[in-house]
Amino acid sequence: MSGGTFVGMPSFPKAAHEAVHNQTLRGNLRHATHTIRAKRANAVAEMSDWAELREAGKQIKDHTLRHLDWYLVQLEESVTAAGGTVHWAADADEANRIVTYLVKATGESEVVKVKSMATQEIGLNEALEAEGIHAYETDLAELIVQLGKDRPSHILVPAIHRNRGEIRDIFASEMSEWGRPAPEGLTDTPAELAEAARLHLREKFLRAKVGVSGANFMVAETGTLVVVESEGNGRMCLTLPETLISVVGIEKIVPTWQDLEVFLQTLPRSSTAERMNPYTSTWTGTTDEDGPGTFHLVLIDNGRTDTLADEVGRQALSCIRCSACLNVCPVYERAGGHAYGSVYPGPIGAILSPQLRGTASEIDASLPYASSLCGACYDVCPVAIDIPEVLVHLRERVVEGGAVTRDGAKVVLKPAKGHAAERAAMRAARWAFSHPGALRTGQRLASRTRRFHPRTLPGPGKAWSATRALPTVPAEPFRDWWQRTHGGKDEK
Amino acid sequence: MSSRDLILARVRRALADVPRDDTPYDQAFERGYLREHGGRSVEQTVDLLAENLADYRALVHRCADEELSDVLMRLLAQRGSKSVLVPPALPAYWLKAVDATRVHDRAASTPDELDRVDSVVTACAVAIAETGTIVLDGGPDQGRRRITLVPDHHICVVRVPDQVVSSVPQALERLDPARPLTWISGPSATSDIELDRVEGVHGPRTLEVVLVSGA
Repeated sequence: MSGGTFVGMPSFPKAAHEAVHNQTLRGNLRHATHTIRAKRANAVAEMSDWAELREAGKQIKDHTLRHLDWYLVQLEESVTAAGGTVHWAADADEANRIVTYLVKATGESEVVKVKSMATQEIGLNEALEAEGIHAYETDLAELIVQLGKDRPSHILVPAIHRNRGEIRDIFASEMSEWGRPAPEGLTDTPAELAEAARLHLREKFLRAKVGVSGANFMVAETGTLVVVESEGNGRMCLTLPETLISVVGIEKIVPTWQDLEVFLQTLPRSSTAERMNPYTSTWTGTTDEDGPGTFHLVLIDNGRTDTLADEVGRQALSCIRCSACLNVCPVYERAGGHAYGSVYPGPIGAILSPQLRGTASEIDASLPYASSLCGACYDVCPVAIDIPEVLVHLRERVVEGGAVTRDGAKVVLKPAKGHAAERAAMRAARWAFSHPGALRTGQRLASRTRRFHPRTLPGPGKAWSATRALPTVPAEPFRDWWQRTHGGKDEK
Repeated sequence: MSSRDLILARVRRALADVPRDDTPYDQAFERGYLREHGGRSVEQTVDLLAENLADYRALVHRCADEELSDVLMRLLAQRGSKSVLVPPALPAYWLKAVDATRVHDRAASTPDELDRVDSVVTACAVAIAETGTIVLDGGPDQGRRRITLVPDHHICVVRVPDQVVSSVPQALERLDPARPLTWISGPSATSDIELDRVEGVHGPRTLEVVLVSGA
């Protein structure tokens, strides 16, 4: 993603405010998310043991996270034994330095990339560009984003905010700047657009000497990496270059080869609603005379261990990046991905970004509120991450402050500004509920003055009550009624 | 402190609240899911494979072993293929009726050379009925990963019923993780335009699968 950046994003409500007024964007998102929702439900309904697969996926991830140090060391040993080289990066800068160094060591000035959330997260393309190395995105949607100097707005389909007509225009005007121009008279039929991408990227694949990828899974026991994809661009990047550099978050581990049987069943159905995605590649180190002769694995932390330190929030690290939660989310459908100010949009982004990056910025402090807590995300999550639970937990952290881990060190957050009224109301409620006499007096007073209560709220509450009726206070407080009637027995 | 040690130390500190748990891995969680979905006879499993392959736009053909070379000849001729990539140990009789020029899978071939070849014929390691998937493991009758990637037309021969399993768990049991694997479910496709599936991007745009019995 050249051009686009997430730095200095406004808070979610501000960014979403603009997005919801963009009719084209709303239409594109509605069309795409509704298309995939029904299909996913059908693909899942084919599996009579979906609930058991989901539970097993959750438990495997949970077990792995609880023994993450052990499995990381095992993975390092097995990758090394298979001919790979393992590097460790504590943060984005270090990961970018390592990859830049590895690319420079090959003498090459361009790399082809498989779609990877981790490299998006660390801003690898920009870091390479600053060192004179061109990174070509080869996933169709990433290509659309890169050519359009845009930002990704979806985990699986980063160009979901673009419709076919917009994609045609981007291809027609931008492809020539990067390489082979779009064919003359390109129309907006998806098949023609896919063909244009095929032709444009072909020359880049065939001459590429360095490939950069992420991975969906890493098997600790065997040192095997797995990339799940559709187009074949992944296979191109993983097999044609001489050097392969994979940048992967430390949480992507599964213990054994057998564990893949769970995720290779749940990921494709949750993600693209397919029984199986067109291509899955697995590789273990290097293989003589088949594929890259040099393989580097760069393991990144970049906020993951801080997330792991949070007893409630750590479940976010179980995410397998299927994006089912985005596709069902009523907030995402209307606000779009850009409003989340992160490469991780949607419900999972709302719990991942504030944990990976901390809640210091305006956007990160607002993300836990980017939800109606309807719970649809939890229902579809193939590893049963309780996203609403983590959202509420993070809201509490933003409002109340408290102890968190940042860059490996324990720090105490101050309560966020701007929640003073909420905190005051909660303090008042706590006091009232712990002083029965005062509560009783207050309730009676409220009942007796009910005729004088306003129908709308004053001040900042005005907008809220403009479309909602305020609840009316009963003539008699419930506890008085209970006392008087013995719970209704005397009223028969 | 190296970043490796730093990250491992952070992980251990982060897990300080987690009680020590010595449950061995194989008892750590319940695999309550099925090994395969539904009961089927061997023939029904092969039928399901054919059905699911076709559902994702692979072209499926069935024949007996003695008809295989004629079928392959016909498929390559219909396509107008003048050259065909051949893995090192593809059974010689498979292509005995084929006229197209054989191009052998060699380490020295450049990607550009492979790009000029019309078709590739391979065997497979295992096929999965429930998902309509064929898996290649780089064995001598399948060749290097790239030969089934760069040409636009891939014909894959599956020996039925021996190479067919019902499910993903059964396939993983048969496969060796040390080998580079390619799982293929239909021709190259994308869902990147409006989340709707379109066939034909970078991998072979035509995938033909020949289910051969009696081999």
